[in-house]
Amino acid sequence: MNRRFFAAILAAALIGSATVQSASGEDRFIVVQSTTSTQNSGLFDEILPEFQEKSGIEVRVVAVGTGQAIRNAANGDGDVLLVHSKPSEEKFVADGLGVSRADVMYNDFVIVGPDADPAGIAGGRDVIAALKAIAKGAAPFASRGDDSGTHKAELRLWKAADIDAGAESGSWYRETGSGMGATLNTGIGMDAYIMTDRATWIAFGNKGSHQILVEGDPRMFNQYGVILVSPKIHPHVKAEMAQTFIDWLLSREGQQAIAGYKVDGQQLFFPNANDGSS
Amino acid sequence: MDSFWSVLGGAFALVFALDPDLLEIIGLSMRVTLTAVLFACLIGLPLGAAVGAFRFPGRTLLAVILNALMGLPPVVVGLVVYLLLSASGPLGPLRLLYTPGAMIIAQMIIVMPIVAALTRQVVEDIDREYAEQFASLGVGALDRLLSLLWDARYSLLTVTLAGFGRAVAEVGAVLIVGGNINHVTRVMTTTIALETSKGNLQLALALGVILLLIAFSVNACVMALRASAVRAAYA
Repeated sequence: MNRRFFAAILAAALIGSATVQSASGEDRFIVVQSTTSTQNSGLFDEILPEFQEKSGIEVRVVAVGTGQAIRNAANGDGDVLLVHSKPSEEKFVADGLGVSRADVMYNDFVIVGPDADPAGIAGGRDVIAALKAIAKGAAPFASRGDDSGTHKAELRLWKAADIDAGAESGSWYRETGSGMGATLNTGIGMDAYIMTDRATWIAFGNKGSHQILVEGDPRMFNQYGVILVSPKIHPHVKAEMAQTFIDWLLSREGQQAIAGYKVDGQQLFFPNANDGSS
Repeated sequence: MDSFWSVLGGAFALVFALDPDLLEIIGLSMRVTLTAVLFACLIGLPLGAAVGAFRFPGRTLLAVILNALMGLPPVVVGLVVYLLLSASGPLGPLRLLYTPGAMIIAQMIIVMPIVAALTRQVVEDIDREYAEQFASLGVGALDRLLSLLWDARYSLLTVTLAGFGRAVAEVGAVLIVGGNINHVTRVMTTTIALETSKGNLQLALALGVILLLIAFSVNACVMALRASAVRAAYA
């Protein structure tokens, strides 16, 4: 009797593995390594179906921090890189890992904080002055601390303000080591100031009493770029389909799709592929 | 933030408005988890039984290792599987990264030690009762293993459910090797993590409630099967 029992288990296993096999197979897709801001804001859900309908190419998005996205792409685990940290992107291309880089769109960073505003930065346009006030008052500030594009931009601003925030890590400067959404959840929970991209903030569902306190500083400009992963280094890269996707993103049609995405009536990303500088 | 109770109330409202996307995610969750548990049992049950029933050098060490591996951090498993399956890794040519297959492998690695370690304990306890009988009848090693597994089947059902529980709730590993890709590798736990990071706490909690209900249903089904099997055995 027990032999029959084990034979049944074996049969079930074979059926199980057969269904797993049938799951792969389809090959008309590309993998895009991208950032949490583009996914969390809902942009991809809005524009990708349009591209897929037109081209028949499925776009699979892996949304992680910019640092991790670049590392994954460097390993060849993606066909396209769409992130927001221009210096890192240019290095990626210079190292031969990517074919070329093009501007796609931009939005901006903002500093959000609690209603109480202990550092008194509300209404300011000068982000450096705001960071100095936060550091001076030792007001809690939640940082991504995860090597993402937003984190790198934040570190550049601290440096411009001549403040060694890392030295205060654990006291008022708190590194969550997480994505934008998790950092917002944490920062809001401890009444901290947080630097976030505007798109994630507008689409975020758990704002608490936090609101935008500092915005409009040109230094908080947040440029997104797109790169084709080099098929020379990674021959399995689906260069043709990936290039079709990149061309579409940069085309009039793709740019209009990006501009057309709104949450609560507010445009989240501003296409700028044709402004030169690519 | 909304109060805890209003969030919970909203969660239940969502549970009863199942949409196709949600059903797809639930379906994939079940497929990945059940397949992973199945393969984990195929390896873990015989392995645990062998360690429990046979005497050989290094047996105690192996038992300790299996017990320790029950505490494998899923993120570490995810990272190792990622490095193996990455296009730059040794198994890159299989093109398994960011597919349900990769998620099954990761979960299998997490669940297998749990199944093996618990099976070892169960079988060791039964073997103590039967050791003399086996010896006097001159039962061969394979038959002895199969008899022990068969005799312990009801306890091993609970062992399997423990493995299922760990797999179905796991998020760290499947997030890394699956990539949480919409319609491809998005499962219940990664959806909950995503919605939490979007600040949609109500939706995240609702999905958590659904996941709990599914786990409850699977456990209830297994227990019902077991009860009818017991009745049949004594009828």
